[in-house]
Amino acid sequence: MRHVISVLVDNEAGVLSRIADLFSGRGYNIESLSVAPTLDPTKSKMVIATIGDDQVMEQIKKQLNKLINVIKVVDYTGKESVEREMLLVKVKAEDKGRAEVLRMAEIFRAKVVDVSASSYTLELTGNKDKLQGFVDILSPIGIVDFIRTGAVVMDREMQKRRRL
Amino acid sequence: MNRMKGASALIETLRYEGVKHIFGYPGGAVLDIFDAIMDMKDMEFILVRHEQGAVHAADGYARATGKVGVCLVTSGPGATNTVTGIATAYMDSIPIVVFTGQVPTTLIGNDAFQEADIVNITRPCTKHNYLVKDISDLPRIVKEAFYIASTGRPGPVLIDLPKDVMNATAGFKYPEKVAVHGYNPTYKGHTGQIKRIASLLLKSKRPVIYAGGGIIHSNASKELISLTSLTHIPVTTTLMGMGGVPSDGPLSLGMLGMHGTYAANMAVTETDCLVAVGSRFDDRVTGKIDEFAPKAKIIHIDIDPTSISKNIKVDLPVVGDCKMVLTTLINMLKAKQEELSDLKKRLASWHETIKEWREAYPLEYTKGKMIKPQYVVTMVDKFTPDDAIIATEVGQNQMWTAQYYKFKMPRAFLTSGGLGTMGYGFPAAIGAQVAFPGRTVVDIAGDGSIQMNIQELATAVQYNLPVKVMILNNGYLGMVRQWQGLFYKKRYSHTSLAVSPDFVKLAESYGASGIRVEEPSDVENAIRLALDTDGPVLVDFRIEPEEDVYPMVPAGAPINNMLLV
Repeated sequence: MRHVISVLVDNEAGVLSRIADLFSGRGYNIESLSVAPTLDPTKSKMVIATIGDDQVMEQIKKQLNKLINVIKVVDYTGKESVEREMLLVKVKAEDKGRAEVLRMAEIFRAKVVDVSASSYTLELTGNKDKLQGFVDILSPIGIVDFIRTGAVVMDREMQKRRRL
Repeated sequence: MNRMKGASALIETLRYEGVKHIFGYPGGAVLDIFDAIMDMKDMEFILVRHEQGAVHAADGYARATGKVGVCLVTSGPGATNTVTGIATAYMDSIPIVVFTGQVPTTLIGNDAFQEADIVNITRPCTKHNYLVKDISDLPRIVKEAFYIASTGRPGPVLIDLPKDVMNATAGFKYPEKVAVHGYNPTYKGHTGQIKRIASLLLKSKRPVIYAGGGIIHSNASKELISLTSLTHIPVTTTLMGMGGVPSDGPLSLGMLGMHGTYAANMAVTETDCLVAVGSRFDDRVTGKIDEFAPKAKIIHIDIDPTSISKNIKVDLPVVGDCKMVLTTLINMLKAKQEELSDLKKRLASWHETIKEWREAYPLEYTKGKMIKPQYVVTMVDKFTPDDAIIATEVGQNQMWTAQYYKFKMPRAFLTSGGLGTMGYGFPAAIGAQVAFPGRTVVDIAGDGSIQMNIQELATAVQYNLPVKVMILNNGYLGMVRQWQGLFYKKRYSHTSLAVSPDFVKLAESYGASGIRVEEPSDVENAIRLALDTDGPVLVDFRIEPEEDVYPMVPAGAPINNMLLV
């Protein structure tokens, strides 16, 4: 099962390598990864999307917590949360096709960030499935270049209220 | 604030940590530190002959004393030579701090002379490691390193020291407190869970305690002995748990696992309540994991949450320090005297069954014309005092020692359990002898293993460390040959050591003493002579070449499936 976990770490050299080592050394998968400093620049937050059964996930979380530079680990699976990825995609856009690409962009609420005589570059934010849906639609038209970030995640206030 | 050079500041931090001995080897990148060592007071530097020896010596020192072992080596090859020692300490949870020299910060990454990225290299085999980039960070980093190495589940910590940082000058103030926000080990176990252990134990019919190295690390031997005498629950120990309870105690089943006793392996297979304390369900212990303790509710007490439910699903986990958890458990049990006496009555038939197993297949060997290794170990046991420290190498020598030496106390057995490092025992024995100059220290070795760090004979002679090395010399890499014999149709591929040194002459060439023993009738005298001789002694016992270690559970088989002869 896919899990998205956030890992609060010390923002210092070698920490990413410690985490990557842990995953590779113990044979766990990293599906995607995103890292950036938090509001406190001495700390960074990593969001790791990974795949594993319950026992593997329990080990991953415990092993992460065991690293000295790891401050907090949160598994968002089963929690009310907002998960987002972003993609940039350069699509072939010539003649009649140009309008079709724009129409698709509008349906998915993608933004046009670059235009040339033969292509549009689109930016789209959403969850994994939405992004995949967009890619599937654009593929027949012709994708020239494509890049996608790892997931970022945050819990929803809803969940906290429900607990009350 | 006192201003001083990085190298002097380093020595000062060690003084604050109460370090008395440093094992190491000099080199270009650590010249400044070695210059400061010339002026060092109240601390002794032990010059080994290979950096691997320095780490094993620091490790043996730590196992024997419970204090942090310290070593200091140069950059590049000096640092990479420590890796096996560090991995050995990591697998067995031994607190050591390793200082490595590094090229100046300005040259890091330039493929400089004797440069190795040791922080990256040792990342997966240290509990934590540091590169000191700024002299002002040094006191904090050393304080953290000793704290991290010695607390929680102990382990090795490495600190990499660039030459320019050691040469820089700064104000020195040693921090009084240490706070690492990502590191908060749990010591006190969950009271509710410990209550559940108590009631599970009191209801059990065939309970067994399976005690590991955690008992030794947390100094919980006394508590473990109280628990067994309070409840009459039998105990089996792992290789790392040896000495946690006296080996010849009435409730001791001996070691379990691949070369465990018949009684221990049968008891674990039949138990209805297995209490794992400070042990981690290693594959050499469990054999086929699906058939390990198949009838039991499994209780697991361990300070490392990652050990719990890693290899086997546990019914009742408690994260905490073995000593603290056992103390709480003992107090809870003492409040239930009536149920305790019921338990003891109920266990009578369990003890009867265990007695039958013990008598059916005790540890035994046949005498022959040649010297039997088991006999040598038995005689070493007979002639060494109760507080003797016994180190082993790895392989048959290690298993025969675990089976036939009767350990009386904790921290008296030094062996590489997890990594299985040949060449560990002799330098580890040297480290222990440095810590305890007045105690008898013996390394039980094989002719293969001893040659892996034989150069440390010079260290033993130089510092007058009277370590006695008992070489069980069978002319083979015996354990591998045993497997080839049993599972590879006796195709002894490269396990015969056709050429070996004359160990007597070798010892003498280093200024140590050597004794060769070829007749069983000479074994006792030779051991006595070795123990009575001043200074280090190598004893070369020419043993039965194809003697095997039994019982043996073939790799991957359930542990009640033992080859007995």
